Amino acid sequence: MPVSPNEYKKMGDSAVPPTKEWRNLCGAFLIGGAICALGQLLLNIYKCAGLGTPAASTLCSVSLIFLSAVLTALGIYDNIAKFGGGGTLVPITGFANAVVSPAMEFKTEGWVLGVGVKMFTIAGPVIVYGLSAGVVYGIIYWLLNMVLK
Amino acid sequence: MAHKIGKQTVIIDGAVGVLASAAVGSKKEGEGPLSADFDIINEDSRFGEKTWEKAESKMQRLAANSALEKCGRALSEVDFVFAGDLLNQCIASGYGARGAGVPFIGLYGACSTYAEASALGAVFADGPAKLCLAVASSHFCSAERQYRFPLEYGGQRPPSAQWTATAAGAAVIAKEGNAPFIKAVTFGTVEDLGINDQNNMGAAMAPAACATLSQFFRDTYSSPEDYDLILTGDLGFVGTSLLRDLMEKEGFVLGENYNDCGLLIYDRCRQQMEAGASGCGCSAAVASGHVLPRIKSGELKNVLLVSTGALMSPTSIQQGETIPGVAHLVCYSSQKGGIF
Repeated sequence: MPVSPNEYKKMGDSAVPPTKEWRNLCGAFLIGGAICALGQLLLNIYKCAGLGTPAASTLCSVSLIFLSAVLTALGIYDNIAKFGGGGTLVPITGFANAVVSPAMEFKTEGWVLGVGVKMFTIAGPVIVYGLSAGVVYGIIYWLLNMVLK
Repeated sequence: MAHKIGKQTVIIDGAVGVLASAAVGSKKEGEGPLSADFDIINEDSRFGEKTWEKAESKMQRLAANSALEKCGRALSEVDFVFAGDLLNQCIASGYGARGAGVPFIGLYGACSTYAEASALGAVFADGPAKLCLAVASSHFCSAERQYRFPLEYGGQRPPSAQWTATAAGAAVIAKEGNAPFIKAVTFGTVEDLGINDQNNMGAAMAPAACATLSQFFRDTYSSPEDYDLILTGDLGFVGTSLLRDLMEKEGFVLGENYNDCGLLIYDRCRQQMEAGASGCGCSAAVASGHVLPRIKSGELKNVLLVSTGALMSPTSIQQGETIPGVAHLVCYSSQKGGIF
């Protein structure tokens, strides 16, 4: 080869067109913001309907998850994500999409080894490390409480 | 008889040529600039099948049957089938050839498969076989679920990403053939210059294309200007610019006659394909549908097809390995006489 791996890495980096950062940031801001605004709207509606804050919050999350699952099933969510990027990934709707899309995709491999196994291929690590972080945080909180008392 | 010259090139002596070729594509390929060159475009990317894998096998059968029909040959006349695809254990090809009753040689060369199959078919046709069939395919949906994410998963593709073509191509290669004649083939070495980004396959494969192409020029004492068209498999926008730079460092300047299948099959901007297309089906369909008929008609005289493949798997990527590439070359000519 006429170049070394290090030289080639430099050549490669300069050959890749730059990411359209501003476009992606705007898309994420608009779509992510819209999802959050929708969440706030749902929360207010549920509260107006007479639900307490914890119940209204839970129902708001459930509604957003349901909506995301339906949009994923209809093949719309990935198109919104193409524009929204991080804006569709970060809210709870992104998590729902990450569970529903493999569940749909791997139905052809059966309910157990297809849907059952593959459903958490994307969301699995988030659950594992999210729960682990929760446990670690809980232990630290418990220890601090013991020391400060 | 086929014989080796130089380091890696096999000269095909006889009148080995491609009797007929055919290309099959789906919706996105039909919306692209080469739509008129496809023999079969099926808007339904499942091709009436229940799974994407079955759809890909069907595409291979459609391409093979269509090519055989064009030259009035029957499947039973074929001595050997050389076929490959991107899926684990090459199932699109294996299941595609199931029931065909023809000796089957399954190949894995990633996106270099079409040139690999054609090269082996030509070597066999210049030796023990009278009629060989070279087939390669890829399907966006079957590849995506194996290598990346589920189809409905929402995400953005980086600017260096390439789109796996839903396409298949087949060529009927005969000992006593007609134009396009296959004059020489070069089997490539596995090259790796340390690219580890699986969204930048073009950069990973460009060194392999450079190695094969420059070795072919050295083996045959020819140069880029001797060819009407030099067509790499699927380096895309990033890989083609890198290949030009690498070739220049090797002492070969690629001019206006250089192009890439990954840049031809789709309209990159209109169809939002980022760096272009990839997949075995990309160079298979572009060569079978677009290039070979133009050599047959005399519009193109001497053409080099250099299909490029990235030889990684999700496992090797997860284990932190870099991406090796390979490229195989087939030299076509509209003339029967020797060009070397």
